[in-house]
Amino acid sequence: MKIITGSDLRTGDVIWWTGEGWSRHVNDAVDVPEGAEAIIARENAKQIVTDTQVIEATRTDDGVRPAHIKDRIRALGPTVRLDLSLKPADPAAGTWVI
Amino acid sequence: MYQYDQYDQAMVDARVAEFRDQVARRLAGEITEDQFKPLRLKNGLYLQLHAYMLRVAVPYGTLNSRQMRMLGDIADKYDRGYGHFTTRQNIQYNWIKLQDAPDILADLASVEMHAIQTSGNCIRNTTADHFAGAAADELVDPRPYAELLRQWSTFHPEFDYLPRKFKIAIIGSETDRAAMKLHDIGIQLVTNDAGEVGCRFYVGGGMGRTPMIAPVIGEFVPPLQMISYLEACLRVYNRYGRRDNKYKARIKILVHEIGADEYRRQVEEEFAHILTLGLEPPPAELERIKGFFEQPGFDASASDELDLSDPDFAVWVSQNVHAHKQPGYAIATISLKPVGGIPGDASADQIRLMADLARDYSFDELRVTHAQNIVLPHVKKADLYTVWQKLDAAGLANANLDLISDIIACPGLDYCSLANARSIPVAQKISERFADLGRQKELGELKLKISGCINACGHHHAGHIGILGVDRKGVENYQLLLGGSEGADTSLGTITGPGFSEDGIVDAIEKATDVYLAQRSDGERFVDTYRRIGMAPFKEAIYAKEPVNG
Repeated sequence: MKIITGSDLRTGDVIWWTGEGWSRHVNDAVDVPEGAEAIIARENAKQIVTDTQVIEATRTDDGVRPAHIKDRIRALGPTVRLDLSLKPADPAAGTWVI
Repeated sequence: MYQYDQYDQAMVDARVAEFRDQVARRLAGEITEDQFKPLRLKNGLYLQLHAYMLRVAVPYGTLNSRQMRMLGDIADKYDRGYGHFTTRQNIQYNWIKLQDAPDILADLASVEMHAIQTSGNCIRNTTADHFAGAAADELVDPRPYAELLRQWSTFHPEFDYLPRKFKIAIIGSETDRAAMKLHDIGIQLVTNDAGEVGCRFYVGGGMGRTPMIAPVIGEFVPPLQMISYLEACLRVYNRYGRRDNKYKARIKILVHEIGADEYRRQVEEEFAHILTLGLEPPPAELERIKGFFEQPGFDASASDELDLSDPDFAVWVSQNVHAHKQPGYAIATISLKPVGGIPGDASADQIRLMADLARDYSFDELRVTHAQNIVLPHVKKADLYTVWQKLDAAGLANANLDLISDIIACPGLDYCSLANARSIPVAQKISERFADLGRQKELGELKLKISGCINACGHHHAGHIGILGVDRKGVENYQLLLGGSEGADTSLGTITGPGFSEDGIVDAIEKATDVYLAQRSDGERFVDTYRRIGMAPFKEAIYAKEPVNG
């Protein structure tokens, strides 16, 4: 699947396109097989998101998994500070990115 | 320490106001990201993997307690309670919100700090010997010259759009503690037989994709012509440095391609011309600056005796304390490398504690080292035990300076958008594998440096053991280098062979240290043994196949 990601202009938070808006959780990301460029152009024009791009991902039993490790780390947070990640209560969360 | 005059403060304040307006316009949608990005980068604000990252300049790595305290307060107020000290003697915050950035810069300006020129193709923050003004082996205090460089390079219009970024380091000792020969320009303050001070210019060093050791270009430039010589070096680079290919745009490529002799000829020609223009700051300005760097009020009767009856304190002293030029005083280095910790990270509370210790025990001074540690440069020996106790209570008494766990590591793929692999987890695993301090001391001085990509922010080329993280088909892979060094014996590491997994690289390092222990001669460091016996024995051990049982 193809999903759209970017960063919140104000906070810098990693965000994912949900089909209707933006979420901080990669599992909310929707497949955008076509028309991603138009969505990016439209959303960029709103000046609330920046650094937008289309990336490859797969849908697994655990949810949406970006294809590249860099995007998986973006989705989770720093593996060396899981207390600051999106899964602070899961000590094994870091293994998800590998 | 230097204190801003009205011009310094006015410039920094004006920059804060300018950036506040730029941020407001960006948030209001009046300017696009393409228009805004170069503006925020000019103020040290990057967009990294998880958030904006602010890189704050620490001029030549020197701070007073008020500045250090502010760094801790910023970590609490605007970030997530910690900061990351870098190999450029700076500090980075990883979780900055764009809307907060102008307020942070205003807070920094209130303590004479900023983030100007911590990004972009300009002259970056000048680095220096972190023991400057304190080291027993110092010939000339480099700080006044570093401050002159700061003033000269800040907002220098001619060098604001160089072919590529430009890094200068300056030292005044025989011992190079600033990796000077691996900078675009390294300046070593030296003395001649007549006792006169001169600047020896090393030009065209660097790490990154194409590591090079800088050759000597200017052997003995009078200090009162230092700026003119720098102008000449930069002008030749600005004129002929390649702008068509960012990978060939650093000055090291120019010096290498035209040769040191031809580059020197052109610099000398330009230098002769510049001398006629009277660009050099008046001698009175250097003298004015020197006035800020007078020796603090040392107690001439301070005792040189040290009570080492506490064995843990004695170990820390033996590893982390260096000789001071003033009898009765010492230089104490605070290691930010706890076992299993993140190299260079310090919590807001730890940062404020170090500020307090500087205020109370080090004449209000601290230094950031390029090895991502903090120095209290002027501690009375009689106070060392108290300082150590306070550090110990805060988890800052790691007695591992220059040992295998005193690892330099870039933020890597955990934070950095340029990285190909994570650096920090590898550093953590190595420090855990070698956690036993007795084992570390048995290995002796062993500088291990990790970069998460070819840009080499973790100085892997200069590590006795270097590690370079690469992306191999989407999987992290780690190349191992041996034999690098910085300082007087600067050398570049050599890749051992095929790379390793995250766990495999830790095993490989252990095997390399086993070879060293088995083959070393008396007094040899790891890198000395490597230089004597060569790569082959290490390679044989590292890549030996495990015996198959049964």
